[in-house]
Amino acid sequence: MANGKNIILVGVGGQGTILTTKILSAGLTELGYDVKMSEIHGMSQRGGTVTTQLKYGDKVYAPNIGDGEADVIVGFEKSEAARAIPYLRIGGTVIADEREIYSMPVLTGAAEYPHGILDDLKKTVGEDHVKVIDAFAKAEELGNTRVQNIVLLGALVKVLGIEGIDWVELVGKMVPAKVRDLNIEAYKQGFAMV
Amino acid sequence: MSGNEAVARGAYEAGVLWASAYPGTPSTEILENTAKYKEIHSQWSNNEKVALETACGASIGGERAFAAMKHVGLNVAADPLMTIAYEGVNGGLVVITADDPGCHSSQNEQDNRNYATLGKVLMLEPSDSQECKDMFKLAFEMSERFDMVVLFRMTTRVCHSKSIVELGERQEPKIKKYVSDKMKFAMLPASARLRHIAIEENLEKARAYAETSPLNIVEYNGDNKVGIITSGISYQHCREAFGDTVSYLKLGITNPLADNLIKEFCEKCETVHVVEEGDGYLEIGVRHLKLDCTGKELITCQGELTAEIVKTSLTEAKSEPTYDFPQLKDIPARPPVFCAGCPHRGFFYSMSKFRDKVVGMGDIGCYGLGWQEPFNCEETCVCMDAGTSTTIGMANALKNQDDTRKPLGFQGDSTFFHGGLTGFIDAVHYNTNAILCILDNDITAMTGHQLNAANDTGLMGEPVHKLNVTDMIYATGIDKDRVAVVDPMNQAEMDGALKHAIETDGLQVIVTKYPCALLKWDIQQRAGRHCVIDADKCVGCKMCMKVACPALAFDDGKAHIADPAACTGCGLCMQNCKVGAITKVGE
Repeated sequence: MANGKNIILVGVGGQGTILTTKILSAGLTELGYDVKMSEIHGMSQRGGTVTTQLKYGDKVYAPNIGDGEADVIVGFEKSEAARAIPYLRIGGTVIADEREIYSMPVLTGAAEYPHGILDDLKKTVGEDHVKVIDAFAKAEELGNTRVQNIVLLGALVKVLGIEGIDWVELVGKMVPAKVRDLNIEAYKQGFAMV
Repeated sequence: MSGNEAVARGAYEAGVLWASAYPGTPSTEILENTAKYKEIHSQWSNNEKVALETACGASIGGERAFAAMKHVGLNVAADPLMTIAYEGVNGGLVVITADDPGCHSSQNEQDNRNYATLGKVLMLEPSDSQECKDMFKLAFEMSERFDMVVLFRMTTRVCHSKSIVELGERQEPKIKKYVSDKMKFAMLPASARLRHIAIEENLEKARAYAETSPLNIVEYNGDNKVGIITSGISYQHCREAFGDTVSYLKLGITNPLADNLIKEFCEKCETVHVVEEGDGYLEIGVRHLKLDCTGKELITCQGELTAEIVKTSLTEAKSEPTYDFPQLKDIPARPPVFCAGCPHRGFFYSMSKFRDKVVGMGDIGCYGLGWQEPFNCEETCVCMDAGTSTTIGMANALKNQDDTRKPLGFQGDSTFFHGGLTGFIDAVHYNTNAILCILDNDITAMTGHQLNAANDTGLMGEPVHKLNVTDMIYATGIDKDRVAVVDPMNQAEMDGALKHAIETDGLQVIVTKYPCALLKWDIQQRAGRHCVIDADKCVGCKMCMKVACPALAFDDGKAHIADPAACTGCGLCMQNCKVGAITKVGE
């Protein structure tokens, strides 16, 4: 696609992937891009994997991203970042949070959580192509783990090199008023983490 | 805007006055967004048939109306659809079917375009959000112009993808005076035979319109070596795959088909491919005209299409390369689970203790997760409402093979109102040897908390009469000693009710009463309540883990609350703890 990119955001229900994609869409639209975003609802809301896909460029037709077509994968949870690897374009970038959220087979001891999966990922796609961001820890430090998503948004904007608009103002406009300042701080911190 | 939001906007701009629906992914947000326009009366119906019938009434009465549903919902509403198609409309009438290729959240991937030819209705297929709005608006004009019902066919990617939409002005609603016309609106043999003639004539008029309609777009490119006939989201995949290197006939009106337009396109192009998700619906239309094309022999009928599938199916192109990442297989699955504090967990944990005594027969809703480990409680699931009625036939089959197990059907409050009640009446009438469980959690939970007949507020915030599931069960005249109303989180009570129901002959009914853990008003009420586990007392027996709650974790030989914010303090795990290590705080 001319002048555009395909982004996949993955996480677990409740992590705010959808709001992040919405803010990203609004910003890209303001930058003059055509944007399409696709999300799958339904069973995924019950603790399953949540995936949203966003494509931007001069003109976007199909809303969904196929295998090997994602330029950037943003993983809000590290095993989910790794699970999305089939989507990654050769030479693409992964932004992954260190955050671990255990699924039911792990909680009951039926399966083991792959704690070292990001190291494996680095070996496969290259050290430079995996950007590990401790967004959850940063959000915790800021006093509210729910802003993890905005920390990651900050990092993503930096990685995409789309600083051409006032993202801080946009974030402030799109989050609830009472957590506005906190989210703005989260965005700034995330931006500085890459 | 998402396609669903754009449709709601289209309804507003078209001066629609009535909107009804039964929730179902991917259609649910259409009515939720329509209700934001206070000018449109929007209400949830008990099922899709009722939704369409209420819309029929509004249309016959003279106002523009629509009913929205997911693809399988149209099966429920097929009866009124087939006959309102004969009657035609007064105010424009549009029926939305939101199909789900790929079964993202459905029990099948039926292609509802086939209903358009079966019912002899007009059909429009948008391919992005702008078209959703514009075509939905136009659908009402076409409905009135041709005196026909319009089937507005969307798919998951159209419903849930967001793209930029330019808005228009609202057209002031013009209510058409209702004038009694029983030869048009009362279908009996004498009137229906005549209406059948009229509807065939109207279809031909609409076909002539389709030949020149701006909704059918022809674009010639690349010396016309390759032409693609397509519609809906498949058009976007083709554009993505081939850009302007091939010619396109993009059909917005897919019933009736613009035959002459198709002929002309096929004559101009050397090779014609028909690209569509699901069945070879357009392909049959093209082949019917004795024209050469490729179709389902190249493009799969399974699942969703992508640009990549289209490209690799029609050309020698290879898929994009991907990383070989062998560790992928070591990542544990993340299946959806019952939320912490979900009452269904209490029900299924109890049921799992009696697994060899019953045959679990399910329905459509969150309780479908009872299918999975560790509960394994759902053996059958056909469609919404089948959780009651399938037990009736199963009871007979088990009896005839001397199988002593008892069929146990389960469904929710919304599905009970949806149509479970009719099967339930049969079970009472024939005293079926089965156990029917209504898992009443005060809401339509699965699709995201839509209000139903058990609630006291309507979609537009208006006060409405609240119905009670238990009252309706008693209203069948069933002996009261055959009905138990229990708290599913109280395992002694729940186990006792199931044991009694299994050991007692004839129909036994269990109503579990406990609110959905995600209900706002319940969250406020229980704020601060959660469980704590005393690590010194915990012996690591893992009995608490058996309830499979996402708020619990087990590390280093001890159970602990993984996430106190997620724990609702329902106390289910606590009841399993033999050493009293778990207590509830914050009550």
